[in-house]
Amino acid sequence: MTTRRAFLAGSLATPLILRMEPAFATPEEMQNAIDAFTGGAEVTEGRVELDIPMLVENGNTVPLRVAVDSPMTDDDYVEAVAIFNEINPLPDTVRFFFTPLSGRAEAQTRIRLNGTQHVHAVARLSDGSFWSAQTNVVVTAPACREV
Amino acid sequence: MAGQVERAEGGAAPRLRPPRDICRKARWSGAVVAAVLAGAAGAQDGRVSTYEQMAPELRAMQDDDFSNPGLLWAQTGEELWAEPSGADEVACAECHGAAEEMAGVAAHYPDWDEESGQAVDLAARINLCRQRHQGAEPLERGSEALLALTTLVALQSRGQPIAPSEAPQMEAVRGQGEALYSTRMGQLNLACATCHDDLAGGRLLAAEIPQAHPTGYPQYRLEWQEMGDLDRRLRNCMVGVRAEPFAAGSQEFVALEAYLKARAVGMEMEAPAIRP
Amino acid sequence: MAVMINVPETAAPGEVVEVKIIISHPMETGFRTGSDGKLVPRNIIHELTCRYMGQEVFRAELHPAVAANPFFSFFVTAQESGEVELSWVDEAGETVTETRPIEVG
Ligand code: HEC
Ligand code: HEC
Repeated sequence: MTTRRAFLAGSLATPLILRMEPAFATPEEMQNAIDAFTGGAEVTEGRVELDIPMLVENGNTVPLRVAVDSPMTDDDYVEAVAIFNEINPLPDTVRFFFTPLSGRAEAQTRIRLNGTQHVHAVARLSDGSFWSAQTNVVVTAPACREV
Repeated sequence: MAGQVERAEGGAAPRLRPPRDICRKARWSGAVVAAVLAGAAGAQDGRVSTYEQMAPELRAMQDDDFSNPGLLWAQTGEELWAEPSGADEVACAECHGAAEEMAGVAAHYPDWDEESGQAVDLAARINLCRQRHQGAEPLERGSEALLALTTLVALQSRGQPIAPSEAPQMEAVRGQGEALYSTRMGQLNLACATCHDDLAGGRLLAAEIPQAHPTGYPQYRLEWQEMGDLDRRLRNCMVGVRAEPFAAGSQEFVALEAYLKARAVGMEMEAPAIRP
Repeated sequence: MAVMINVPETAAPGEVVEVKIIISHPMETGFRTGSDGKLVPRNIIHELTCRYMGQEVFRAELHPAVAANPFFSFFVTAQESGEVELSWVDEAGETVTETRPIEVG
């Protein structure tokens, strides 16, 4: 376990601007990452609900919710959902792994988006099929930024 | 050093920040500001917290304690509150009891400190306790530990109305704050009042200009990805108009906060707030 | 490391309950330059696992695009009284495990 002291020391040492400056992923790289996840299998659009605000005031912390339509029984459930982005430095964003005991193939987190782009969610089901959804997110900048 | 304020009436040439434009496109250009000045809707009648202008997701983030990252700082604050500290090896809790005893305290800061004969904000008040009552060194302004304790104390006033100090000396401090608030500053030669009174509700770049009520400090700004105090927020605004910001914890910032709190009298405290 | 975890204290058998967790962590991307002009070394929490009744129920694999002070919400089917265990590990090798009781009945 971290002690509180270690936590404080670590945080104090952290300068204040946390922003991803380089933007070097491309939509092609994202497609490669998706192919690596699916093993090249066909991906059908549908069954996946990807909830991200269409317009966000700050790309540093963007709420994301994903849910897949599934009974979540022992022989029919969602194994994984992977989130991909087009233009952050790395196309992989976050992956969720579910089990029948999850009861619901749904999760939320907060992500960083290095500018306006499409975000993709790809779900792998226990029958080996892949399903997806995508959404475009417009990221605006706050006016008084930290320098 | 104290910030360089350019008075509208003229005077010595202002010292300007070097143009360190490291944000991609975020500095305000004169043209952007002119556009805002021309197109703004003007000040609103009623006072509203910036909370009301935020997207529903951000309001939800603030409203749920298991989702609001500011509560992480409060939790660290709880640990510090109970931990004996300084040469006297005494914890805040030993004198003050549970943190809940601090209910309503943050709502009347900044307040007057008789002993030093000056106005202090909540963070400075906590540091006075460290020095006078714990025999400890003051915590650095803006440090994780000071923010954690300040957040914990401020949290105890959540939902309570802002109730500015009635200490008679605070009148003059608020007067100084009001003067600073309406003084043009920086290369863009704008006063706080230009944006937050005259142009509130209008837009600057993509951001809606808020009325600048200090209801939610310390706050978790998504831009910072951590908690910060009002000083830091005001430094962001001053850098925005390319003025040399006042020093953290300076009397100028205390005066500005005292004025902003008076301007927001009766509004609900909401620290730790979320802001973009 | 400050953390907040919300697991309902009680649930009916078979009820699908929401678990929420938020952890203080800078999630250093490795792409950011510090005040000294040098790149700040990457250090992110890269895995978060939830176990219940001796089984993995949910797991997340995190990349630098997960925001600082990571927040997660997900679901668990309540079956028997016991503990919901959450553990996570960052790239500096820091592993943390926390448990919360749940009463099912
Ligand atoms: C030895 C006792 C003692 C300790 C320890 C102590 N305080 Fe205090 N505190 C006081 C006293 C007495 C006052 C009233 C003002 C004064 O006399 O300084 C006060 C005032 C305050 C106030 C202002 C209350 C108001 O209504 O304006 C705050 C906030 C505060 N303390 C926070 C803290 C925190 C946080 C800590 C721990 C870091 C702490 N104190 C430790 C004795 C203590
Ligand atoms: C050019 C316009 C402009 C000027 C001048 C300006 N600000 Fe701001 N201020 C903003 C904008 C825009 C925001 C909101 C958000 C952002 O930065 O995206 C803001 C945010 C704030 C907030 C945060 C409110 C909250 O809900 O937490 C405060 C407080 C504030 N300003 C005070 C001041 C003070 C005091 C001054 C003078 C020293 C000042 N501002 C000068 C434009 C301005």
